[in-house]
Amino acid sequence: MLADYLPSALDLARAQFAFTVVWHFLFPAFTIGLASFLAVLEAFWLTTGRAVYLDAYRYWLKVFAVAFAMGVVSGLVMSYQFGTNWSVFSDKTAPVLGPLLGYEVLTAFFLEAGFLGVMLFGLERVGPRLHFLATCLVAVGTLISAFWILSANSWMQTPAGYVIDANGHFAPQDWWAVIFNPSFPFRFAHTVTAAYLTTAMIVGAVGAWHLLRDRSNPRARLMFSMAMWMAAIVAPVQLVLGDLHGSNTYHYQPAKVAAMEGHFESERRAPSILFGWPDAQAETTRWAIGIPGLASLYLAHDLNAEVRGLKAMPRDTWPTNLPLVFWAFRVMVGIGFLMIALGVASLYLRWNDRLYTSRWLHRCAVAMGPSGLVAVTAGWVVTESGRQPFTVYGLLRTADSASPIAAPAVAASLAAFAVVYFVVFGAGIWYLLHLFNQPPRPHEAGPPTGQPVRTAGITPAPALAAAPNAQPAE
Amino acid sequence: MSLDLTLIWAFLIATAVFLYVAMDGFDLGIGILFPAVSAKADRDVMVNSVAPVWDGNETWLILGGGGLFAVFPLAYATILPALYMPLILMLLALVFRGVAFEMRFRMVTARGQLWWDRAFSWGSYVATFCQGIALGALVQGIRIDGRAYAGGWWDWLTPFSLLTGAALVVGYGLLGACWLIWKTGGELQIRAYRLARPLGLATLLLIAIVSLTMLVLSIPFRERWLSFPGILVGAPVPVLVGLLALRFQRALERREELMPFLCALGFFLLSYIGLGISLWPMIVPPDITIWAAATHPSSQAFLLAGAAVLVPMVLGYTAYVYWLFRGKVTPESGYH
Repeated sequence: MLADYLPSALDLARAQFAFTVVWHFLFPAFTIGLASFLAVLEAFWLTTGRAVYLDAYRYWLKVFAVAFAMGVVSGLVMSYQFGTNWSVFSDKTAPVLGPLLGYEVLTAFFLEAGFLGVMLFGLERVGPRLHFLATCLVAVGTLISAFWILSANSWMQTPAGYVIDANGHFAPQDWWAVIFNPSFPFRFAHTVTAAYLTTAMIVGAVGAWHLLRDRSNPRARLMFSMAMWMAAIVAPVQLVLGDLHGSNTYHYQPAKVAAMEGHFESERRAPSILFGWPDAQAETTRWAIGIPGLASLYLAHDLNAEVRGLKAMPRDTWPTNLPLVFWAFRVMVGIGFLMIALGVASLYLRWNDRLYTSRWLHRCAVAMGPSGLVAVTAGWVVTESGRQPFTVYGLLRTADSASPIAAPAVAASLAAFAVVYFVVFGAGIWYLLHLFNQPPRPHEAGPPTGQPVRTAGITPAPALAAAPNAQPAE
Repeated sequence: MSLDLTLIWAFLIATAVFLYVAMDGFDLGIGILFPAVSAKADRDVMVNSVAPVWDGNETWLILGGGGLFAVFPLAYATILPALYMPLILMLLALVFRGVAFEMRFRMVTARGQLWWDRAFSWGSYVATFCQGIALGALVQGIRIDGRAYAGGWWDWLTPFSLLTGAALVVGYGLLGACWLIWKTGGELQIRAYRLARPLGLATLLLIAIVSLTMLVLSIPFRERWLSFPGILVGAPVPVLVGLLALRFQRALERREELMPFLCALGFFLLSYIGLGISLWPMIVPPDITIWAAATHPSSQAFLLAGAAVLVPMVLGYTAYVYWLFRGKVTPESGYH
């Protein structure tokens, strides 16, 4: 039968969700950090009056407008996808998850969308101080949004504060326990930090790219320097946060951690497997190269602790794609170490006054530009594929969550999403790369508004004049 | 006395959906009018007139979807699968349109600009048409078995849903034209006046056709609207539409600037109220009432506690942003 070889409606719905959410999250992963970066730049501009901060602000504001728009429209898709493709999941979990998403819309989306217009178009209208407030509100909005959506996601990983009612629906019992469910604080800290690092890598790469062309460009120097401080300070912090998140996962979702580590057997002094290929059929990780005892140390913080392997858990609770979880985890961690290395190298060169002249550092920073996006995606794959075969961990199976939609309908929509996303977001990303390629100039213009393009050098006077202690750029 | 939270929420969600229709209606309408306005400078003004607010306008659509999920999950879990195709198409069209907003100003070549203009305009047409189809299909009813959608994936496609799709395109076009009358001047405003009259006429005609079709097609609607006491509640609605049409006509003749937009919003509000009278208390016709679709009471209460504070705040700063960008948009002033 041909039908046996075609993907089921469930597989297609999963593929569609994975495709749309990975595309979506590329944008917020970048804009969460970028919004905070813009707020910091504007704060520096207001306090010092140095034009270099305003120029950098306007340079990145143009980028922010495009990236944010792509985040909004791809996010709109997500808010409907739960209902179109996962209606049974929606029906059962809505009493718990619905209000969290409702709060996300009311506390974050309106705030961001409302003040984005002021941020993009309002500097001359409201003056610098109110404009700074708008920037801050947008930045806070992105963080509030992350708070609610990660709370909802964490509840699916480590459900708490609920009862299951007579109809098999989840009913809330303790909202505090629902929102601050066991994995939420760790996931929130880890994800927001990841978003900040993602932005730092992109900003650093753009700064480095322009330093390679003109190492005297003060705006490129500013971007690069700020990004390298982030890498030097935040990347090591992220390692610690990741370790704490991992211990938390080990406690609540041991099967996920076993899949991440490639552990089938439970053992003391469990090795940390660096490379290998988990084979679910043979129940072993082939070609494993590991460091004995290390996994016990970082999971249980005790060299002799026993670490549970997959075989200690029922087979039908194992993540469905072990190599995916295993390798995505290694990609994420590997990139994390590269970021730390970049940060340490930048500290050393900064110490030696070679931060703006070391071409190999700049080349490395350019190469690392997309690394944050890759790491964030890999991390998402680890945590979501690792949650399988459940949507609500241990309680609701993915197979019992999907909408009663025929496979051809899901296949058609998946194909349409693929075409539209590659065309539209492809064009958007191509345009972002084009923006990155433009050197940050003195008297950087604001986002274009269909006006005759201002040539560089003609100052948008009212904004600058209104700034305290406005000074020439260089 | 206990508060009926379900009733409060039904009113809130209905209000959110109407705010969406009113606000995204005119900015989708801008895209619908693109084929009638070809000069680049005019199109720039049109898009500039909504650029600072479109994102907030569209957020009401997220609140509509998210709100259904939060407080009427059974409606969310049955309507969305039933309207799978038109809703997905609408979302894809909004993707095109949203990105085109940012991109069309940034293209240096005429060709690039033309393509993003097309994305913007076609996106507006498809999104609006799909919303209209979704509305028509919902009114016609959704087949339910237990707690799940029981129909096929083409059930939404009927002559009636195509009619409502077309009606919404014309109606949003009217909102867009009236918005331009208010927000622009000169040649573009004159053009908008010229567009508003036929669009207004067509909107009223389509409202009448859709209403009569509903009465002809559905016995429950007929009973509700034409028998006592329903007729007492229902009769004022068409009368008010008629009065408003006269006011609209006079506003166009006298070249009033804000009044045509308010009248157009009035047409939408009255049609919306009429729809509410037809469907009440069903949220998923013909079987599911708002009480049957409602979520757990503690979830309703938890979100309502926040909404009571947050919704007025949202309305407040939304009004502030509109006020901030008040006044005419001209090619010279624009937004910097």
